Amino acid sequence: MPKITYIEHSGKEHVIEAPAGQTVMEAAVKHAVPGIDADCGGACACATCHVYVDDAWLAKTGEASSMEQSMLDFANDVTDNSRLSCQIKVSDALDGLVVRLPKSQH
Amino acid sequence: MLAQGAIRFKARLRMCGIGSKHTLRMTPGDINRIIIIGAGQAGGEAALRLRQGGFSGDITLIGEETAPPYQRPPLSKKYLAGEMDLERLLLRPASVYADETIALLSPVRAVWIDRANKRVRIEGGRELAYDALILATGTRPRQLTLVGADLPGAHLFRTAADADAIRPGFVSGARLVVIGAGYIGLEVAAMARQKGLDVTVLEAAARPLARVTSPEVSGFFLDEHTAQGVRFLLGGQPALIKGKERVTGVGLADGGEIPADLVIAGIGVNPEITLAQQCGLRIDNGVATDASCRTSDPSVFAIGDCAARPMAHYENRMSRLESVHNAIEGAKLAAAAILGQTQSVETPWFWSDQYDLKLQIAGLFQGYDRMVLRGDMADRAFAAFYYRGEKLIAVDAVNRPGEYLGAKMLIQSGRSLAPDLIADISRPMKELVAAAN
Repeated sequence: MPKITYIEHSGKEHVIEAPAGQTVMEAAVKHAVPGIDADCGGACACATCHVYVDDAWLAKTGEASSMEQSMLDFANDVTDNSRLSCQIKVSDALDGLVVRLPKSQH
Repeated sequence: MLAQGAIRFKARLRMCGIGSKHTLRMTPGDINRIIIIGAGQAGGEAALRLRQGGFSGDITLIGEETAPPYQRPPLSKKYLAGEMDLERLLLRPASVYADETIALLSPVRAVWIDRANKRVRIEGGRELAYDALILATGTRPRQLTLVGADLPGAHLFRTAADADAIRPGFVSGARLVVIGAGYIGLEVAAMARQKGLDVTVLEAAARPLARVTSPEVSGFFLDEHTAQGVRFLLGGQPALIKGKERVTGVGLADGGEIPADLVIAGIGVNPEITLAQQCGLRIDNGVATDASCRTSDPSVFAIGDCAARPMAHYENRMSRLESVHNAIEGAKLAAAAILGQTQSVETPWFWSDQYDLKLQIAGLFQGYDRMVLRGDMADRAFAAFYYRGEKLIAVDAVNRPGEYLGAKMLIQSGRSLAPDLIADISRPMKELVAAAN
């Protein structure tokens, strides 16, 4: 099963096995990673699952859709690496993915 | 207020990054036992928030359904379509409740509340004592009071079990009659068309979504569904559900009939307030509470769909909201009040997915006197901004998430934007929000 590393703003790491087909957000919520609230459950409606994708993984996670980008425009502390984790689907190609959590969700 | 004293407080060390457990003491309360009635999103969230907030006493979560707390919104969307299973629907893995020493009693009904002695009786007669009680009893779908409403093939829609019962007949070519054109009805209609069902929507009002949006936005959704092949009978009243062994059609008050293999009624819900009424709590549409979700009894809280509370951004108007946002916020507010902590409130928000349309709603539109459109409905991406006087009170955004989030931030901070600015699509929403005052 693909492994994903979530790094809290404090630096604390959580390495989690995430089933392919689920989203990076769902795996975090199911394991109660602090800082990913995902209030809407992944409907791209709340922008509370913002993460920074590690540079090495940007190409593999792909680009935000225009809808996701519009949501990110209004999130806090957005960078070029920002994504909504509910919009990144886990696959074998993402085994080892590293994402960092923003300060505002701490 | 709850009795003054101390509450056992266990610092949530995993949140602090410290490895060991220790005990602190804090006000207010002598609260060692908390009972939560209702294990939906509000009840489940309240239990976890109490733990995350440091409560180390007993938490008992009583739920009528078999499954641990799960998300309801996907029921009328991906779950109904069979694209999402129950495990994925769960808000947290079932093991979380044991891990957090939350006693989840399900499927179990609470049948009596004795406020004088602070006890809850559950079916079978067992009584549980509480120091603080949280009611998160949700709603019940309104029943179809028609002859034939109990025939196989006729369904109400509220729970995962309802969706499970509907799914075998929810197949290509089946003739579906949806009674009620609210969000649930329209989401079911959209999913049904995507699955190849033949769909007729019967609605007593003159337009779909009549209770929840403006005539203009209703018109947009009516046109979209019609273009997708949904037939509408507006102003239509069902008189009976026809069939002998199972549903064969819906008889109309004007004598007509719509043939049907499947009937799904989404005609609204009533707050589940039986227990609250039985124990004499103040009722105001739902269980009435103050801004911290405390009922007329200081030891009892009410949260989620069953409760009505004053809305901070709307002159403290008492409102009972049926939404994920309200479920989570009520859980946060009640947990904070019990733990003696503070909790801010958000502008209410909602969403509905139909076909490739994402409707996102911020604020409460009731009482608006002006609607300003940003974007063109023909582009299937627009936002309807609702004003009362000069004040922006709500937005319905269709495939326009920036407008939704921007408006939400404005309402949250009590700012507004002049209608002529809002209508100017050449200026990005982000820029407009930054310039608002």
